[in-house]
Amino acid sequence: MSTETQSGSGISGDDSLEAAHEKNRRVRRVLFGCAAVTVVTTVAIFLVLFDNAASYFFGARISEVLFDGDSIARTVTFTEFFTGTRWAPDHATPAHGVLPIVWGTLAITIGAGLVSIPIGTATALYLSEYASSDTRNRLKPILEILAGIPTIVYGYFAVSFLTPVLVDGIATFLVNPAGRGLDSVSHHAPGLLEPLASGMMGASVGRYSMLAGILVVGTMTIPMVSSISEDAMQAVPDDLRNGAYALGATKYQVSTRIVLPAAVSGIFASYILALSRAIGETMAVTMAAGFNANLTVNPFDEIMTMTAYLVSMARGTSAVGTVQYQSLFAVGLLLFLMTLTMNLLNDRLKQRFQEEYR
Amino acid sequence: MSSNTSNEQVTDESVNETDGTSDGAIIETDISVDRGSSHTTGHTETIVRAEGLDVYYGDDQALDNVTIEIPEHRVTAMIGPSGCGKSTFLRSINRMNDRIPAARVDGGLHFRGKNVYDDDVDPVALRRTIGQVFQSPNPFPKSIYDNVAYGLRVQGKADGMDLDAAVERALRGAALWDEVKDQLNESGLDLSGGQQQRLCIARAIATDPEVILMDEPTSALDPVAASKIEDLINELVDEYTVIIVTHNMQQAARISDKTAVFLTGGELVEFDDTATIFEDPDDDRVENYITGKFG
Repeated sequence: MSTETQSGSGISGDDSLEAAHEKNRRVRRVLFGCAAVTVVTTVAIFLVLFDNAASYFFGARISEVLFDGDSIARTVTFTEFFTGTRWAPDHATPAHGVLPIVWGTLAITIGAGLVSIPIGTATALYLSEYASSDTRNRLKPILEILAGIPTIVYGYFAVSFLTPVLVDGIATFLVNPAGRGLDSVSHHAPGLLEPLASGMMGASVGRYSMLAGILVVGTMTIPMVSSISEDAMQAVPDDLRNGAYALGATKYQVSTRIVLPAAVSGIFASYILALSRAIGETMAVTMAAGFNANLTVNPFDEIMTMTAYLVSMARGTSAVGTVQYQSLFAVGLLLFLMTLTMNLLNDRLKQRFQEEYR
Repeated sequence: MSSNTSNEQVTDESVNETDGTSDGAIIETDISVDRGSSHTTGHTETIVRAEGLDVYYGDDQALDNVTIEIPEHRVTAMIGPSGCGKSTFLRSINRMNDRIPAARVDGGLHFRGKNVYDDDVDPVALRRTIGQVFQSPNPFPKSIYDNVAYGLRVQGKADGMDLDAAVERALRGAALWDEVKDQLNESGLDLSGGQQQRLCIARAIATDPEVILMDEPTSALDPVAASKIEDLINELVDEYTVIIVTHNMQQAARISDKTAVFLTGGELVEFDDTATIFEDPDDDRVENYITGKFG
């Protein structure tokens, strides 16, 4: 032993070192297993969606065809699905045009983006560049609380405030800018915008409207935009700001011409995340925008998003395996592909702008 | 050209770039004042004058009762150990200290007779007159052209002027034109460190300031790149006043006309012609610092 220590210099390892290596390998396997859970789940979800969506279009799941020898029968054609303009799979006279609910989702997403992107970016710019560190330290946690509120609570916010106060108020103003209520419209001389507004709105604003959905989803995605954008702006090296200030730039010039461009990848990432959250948002948007698949541009109309449809169908009375029930998976798959696209876009943007500064 | 002399000195292996205080032997034998490139002949106006200047960061005092008169069209070097307040002094001149919330300034700091801390002084306007080059090159993540044009644009001078000509003039002034004239639309970040620093100098002189502050402009550069910057500084004083903070005493000796020595505690110990400071300083502490026995 002693001679070995001298000649081998103790670099050839021993039993205790071997045990340590074994432990190392075990830990590695456990960690890999945990990491694999998410990957396997993603793949499994995709397969289930794909398998069941096939039965919506072809009358049998891929697995049934492969393992049970079920025959294929066209139930819903792709043409009808992608180009039809009426969505009512569980109606007495069913229709399978997915456009109205895709439109519902897109309208909410775009509208919410129009709310959350400007407000969120401005908030981030204020926090990062204008606010004192005291103000920032106080405001940022509040924003993060806002991001953590359960979406159902936002739903109540929509039902109890946005719809009766804000949306109704806007509608009333459009019908009659003098401030008279909707009920009184018929009894008085029509307001300036009444023809336009009543044409847009029909009789009055109901419990659900696209506008309420847009406002509630827009509000709930503001913290996402502002928080992630602010992080990106804070990551811009102060050297760059100093360089610009030393050239006699004003705070506004530094913010818009140095910080914003340098942080653009992070800011875009926050937009994409907010938009994909808007696409997938379910609870609040269902409570605010409703269940009526309408291909409409009137913001005061009730609409249905894809997620709202999924909720109503999943809780509905349709028997499992029927075409109307299987529509659940076709819509789900489409939704999955939409958010996946957004995520890939996000990755692409990140790579694209990564070298913006050191 | 006298600048050749300084070139050889900088590329010499014995030059200690990082910290002039760490090797007393080299400093004692190597420091010589390069008179050829100096501009000490004749009297000039005072452009920046501090009088009883105190600067605090919270409770810490960074500058203690500094009084100094910095002449126009000269290179004035600020030397001293780390934390002695020389960079703070530099930042006080163009009020970049305003960016540090805890910083507080007492006493007078006059630019052409006007106290820059008076209420009616706009720091944005002040910085348009007093440019700055930083320790590590900080070009904007924009094209070379846009980097140089940035100052002109934010100062509203770009409209109605020949911007291309102004950019070329600034790049020539920073001895960078010949190297980048074919790649003006490429990112400033693609340049080497020394080129980036000269780009930052071009950016600073594009708006034609009166004073250029330099905060250890060569400390992040290799000796060859540093010597180019030093040559450039010698040319810049024809048009501008240069105030440079440096850790490198050889550099101060080579390029400056006047040298101010700060010591720990934010005290300005001695300010005189560079030759006097390095050859026959009044203060023992300065002599010790110069010869590497202190600091």
